[in-house]
Amino acid sequence: MATTVETADGRKTKSVQFVEVDDVTIRFAGDSGDGMQLTGTQFTSTTAQVGNDLSTFPDYPSEIRAPSGTLYGVSGFQIHFSSRAIHTPGDRFDTLVAMNPAALKVNLKALHEGGSILVNTDSFDAKNLKLAKYDVSPLDDDTLRGYNVYPVPITTLTAKALEETGLSPKEMARSKNFFALGLLYWMYNRPLEATLAWIQEKFGKKPMVAKANELALKAGYSFGNITEVFSVQYNVRPAKLPAGTYRNVTGNEATALGMVAASVKSGLPGFLGSYPITPATEILQELSRRKNFGFKTFQAEDEIAGVCTAIGAAFGGSLAYTTTSGPGMALKTEAIGLALMVELPLVIINVQRGGPSTGLPTKPEQSDLFQAVMGRNGEAPVPVIAACSPAGCFYGAYEASRIALKYMTPVILLTDGYLANGSEPWLLPDESELADISVPFASNPETFKPYERDDHLSRPWAVPGMAGFEHRIGGLEKQHITGNVSHDPMNHQVMVEMRAKKIAGIADDIDDQTVFGPAEGDLAIVGWGGSYGAIRTAVERLQEENKSVAHIHVRHLNPFPKNLGEMLRRYKQLLIPELNLGQLAFLLRATYLVEPITFNKVQGLPFTPSEIEQKANEILNTL
Amino acid sequence: MSNEEKNTVIDDQIKVLTPKDLASDQDVRWCPGCGDYSMLSQLQRTLPEVGVKKEDIAVVAGIGCSSRFPYYMSTYGFHGIHGRALAIASGLKVSHPNLTVWVATGDGDCLSIGGNHFIHALRRNVDINVMMFNNQIYALTKGQYSPTSLHGQKTKTSPTGVIDHPFNPMLIGLGAEGTFVARSMDRDPKHLKEMMLAMYYHKGTSFIDVLQNCVIFNDGAFDVYTNKETRDDNVIYLEHGKPLVFGKNRDKGIRLDGFRTQVVSLNDYSESDLIVHDTKSKELAFILAHMNDQPGFPLPVGIFLDIERSTYEDELEQHVQSAIEKKGAGTMRSLLYDGQTWDIDNGSN
Repeated sequence: MATTVETADGRKTKSVQFVEVDDVTIRFAGDSGDGMQLTGTQFTSTTAQVGNDLSTFPDYPSEIRAPSGTLYGVSGFQIHFSSRAIHTPGDRFDTLVAMNPAALKVNLKALHEGGSILVNTDSFDAKNLKLAKYDVSPLDDDTLRGYNVYPVPITTLTAKALEETGLSPKEMARSKNFFALGLLYWMYNRPLEATLAWIQEKFGKKPMVAKANELALKAGYSFGNITEVFSVQYNVRPAKLPAGTYRNVTGNEATALGMVAASVKSGLPGFLGSYPITPATEILQELSRRKNFGFKTFQAEDEIAGVCTAIGAAFGGSLAYTTTSGPGMALKTEAIGLALMVELPLVIINVQRGGPSTGLPTKPEQSDLFQAVMGRNGEAPVPVIAACSPAGCFYGAYEASRIALKYMTPVILLTDGYLANGSEPWLLPDESELADISVPFASNPETFKPYERDDHLSRPWAVPGMAGFEHRIGGLEKQHITGNVSHDPMNHQVMVEMRAKKIAGIADDIDDQTVFGPAEGDLAIVGWGGSYGAIRTAVERLQEENKSVAHIHVRHLNPFPKNLGEMLRRYKQLLIPELNLGQLAFLLRATYLVEPITFNKVQGLPFTPSEIEQKANEILNTL
Repeated sequence: MSNEEKNTVIDDQIKVLTPKDLASDQDVRWCPGCGDYSMLSQLQRTLPEVGVKKEDIAVVAGIGCSSRFPYYMSTYGFHGIHGRALAIASGLKVSHPNLTVWVATGDGDCLSIGGNHFIHALRRNVDINVMMFNNQIYALTKGQYSPTSLHGQKTKTSPTGVIDHPFNPMLIGLGAEGTFVARSMDRDPKHLKEMMLAMYYHKGTSFIDVLQNCVIFNDGAFDVYTNKETRDDNVIYLEHGKPLVFGKNRDKGIRLDGFRTQVVSLNDYSESDLIVHDTKSKELAFILAHMNDQPGFPLPVGIFLDIERSTYEDELEQHVQSAIEKKGAGTMRSLLYDGQTWDIDNGSN
């Protein structure tokens, strides 16, 4: 379909072709100071409200403002949106927005052949070309042959649109990302209203900034509308998603919401003791502005104080949490052992990043599974749960809280940087859909014994302030039932086995393992955590080709679901893709004596569905 | 406050506690003659006087000989891990502000492995009472030097003498902006109890450095301060509003010569020439904390500083309350439906 619109001078007309597409991936890229994360987030918000399914992935350097124009200073935001249900931010993208030469250079290889590139030509000067290590401008040679290139002097046009504001050229340049956003809104036929409202809300107190951003956004949109070079407008219809109310969430937001929801549902005050660390910090930030839920946050002096204040709060009757990433997890290790010895509820959230040591702070990896399952001194079993998607972080945090309270134990929730910063639309649950949370408060002071156990081996929780229940707990071995300090040899055997049995028994309380696809067959791809989306997409593609492939996504990593072992044996081959060197594969091999094929990626990048699909096909061809 | 006055504070409903009520059923396992016994018995005597309910008392400890303290109190107790008592106690108090929280910690637990938590607790001013049992030795690990061991002290890990310069706990307490900084001695139970009462009534972190004799690994370390023969000439008791007088015959005093302290004889000077102790003066607290660095000066004992500053937990509670006033008390619905939401009908929008 084509429409004719009037051009700027009101005389000429141009013909616009209107193209329906199902699925689009866009990458916004620029300097880390160019506002690409904000541009991406705004595009996401609008796209969510248009009704597309979507998935996003921000990819930014660990430096806050890396030297401008450099290759390592490039910040990117990828959004995949569709009229169908999707699970990943997309392998390669259809459109690249490159605010400078470095952004073009870094991202070009992942652009589809024939894809579109919007470049800000104003930034393609000698200095920036040199920083991006281009001898000749890629706009002037064959580098971009085969792509649809839209060279637009974005900075100049933004300044022109803001001429009457009286702002300095530097101030005007700050709005150039809104010009780019406006242009993209035109290209993909999105409304401006949501972003205009957001600008008012965000910059209402700085009317000049609000005005500048608004003018730039509208100018970008009009530029698409009236300029000859833009002759195609794409439309992506709303997705057929289940009915209900949605909001867009990142994994870290959803984690914070799950924590507060568990606090509300259990009726216990929430407490978070935490120390800022990438990529977990946003959880602390989110919660610190939700004090109207009575949820207290405590920014501690270090990681150890983060977990220890949480243990103190748990002793005091709060639903207590600590949040961190791998290096912080290492520091909290001793205290997690204390929490399991004193048998207090505590949820430890590790937003994994590339390791070891400081590793790759802003890049995702799944390499802390061993640490979570085994990384403590002594026989120290802790339940481990992993979230599978940004919205899944809500349910992960909620389920971890439920188990921690019911079983009086520390529980580790693993998410990762990919889930934490990625976003997707979330079908909001009804309160009644959320599992009940039982709290084993001690009830009778006459018969109270701190380490007497109920039918699932949990001890009663008596909180300071409760008269008649005064007792002492600590990290020294406890005497069975009384909780007094005991060095008795047989008592230690009893207690070590008791703690192990209590955690193993949680398998009776969690959902059975489910499978997506055939209940038996050629190949099952087994995964955990954030690789869910890539594996599921790959499995859907393989199933469309009528291949006998199933997806087994394991959410509970300790204890494993009761039926998992038996399920794994129903397939000729098991493939386990992991962003580590085979940690889940190791655990499954040790637990069930299965022989999985491992597929390990440790590049600080998530899996793409194609990689998994290709690996699966290689295996299927040998069967 | 007199005893009569204090008793009127006690709610009629509360059973008046006796020191015995605060003893747990566990055998106390410190070495015979250990200074820790004195601390335990003074806390058990102090708490009944202030009229706090037993269930509202929590004692938190780290690791070390003194950190077994909670097991011997019949209150709520938490024996933590090495160095972390103050972090655990801070979390407990902040989450549950109604409690009276006491911390038992040692010189190693508090100033070495737990040093970071110590300074941060003080600057935050969480209303907890920190009793540091300072025996200038690692006793539970059997005799290695601690951060308060003296320069040159011979221990199992310093057979030729300690090279480290020791911490002055008063200076750390003041330097970390503590609002209550005091010193006492295990061998002076009356003074100890007086200090514990003051700690209880101080709102904010109360820190006391208690010189505590380890009979096994550092016996006699504080003899010069506690022995009746030498005590009066080597210790000066600080009392708010009173001139700094000491000596067996109370014939010596401390005066200021510029910024420096000076020991003078009251034969040459009158009491009006002496420093009058002021627990509200940070400047004086620092001067007194430095005083016994020099030979010939007595060790100041008592409250160096006792000032008011809002507590962390009170301010946090205010933030919670004002958030509730502003946004309304959070509900599950207001949580989930916060921000931009959109509806999809019949699966097709």
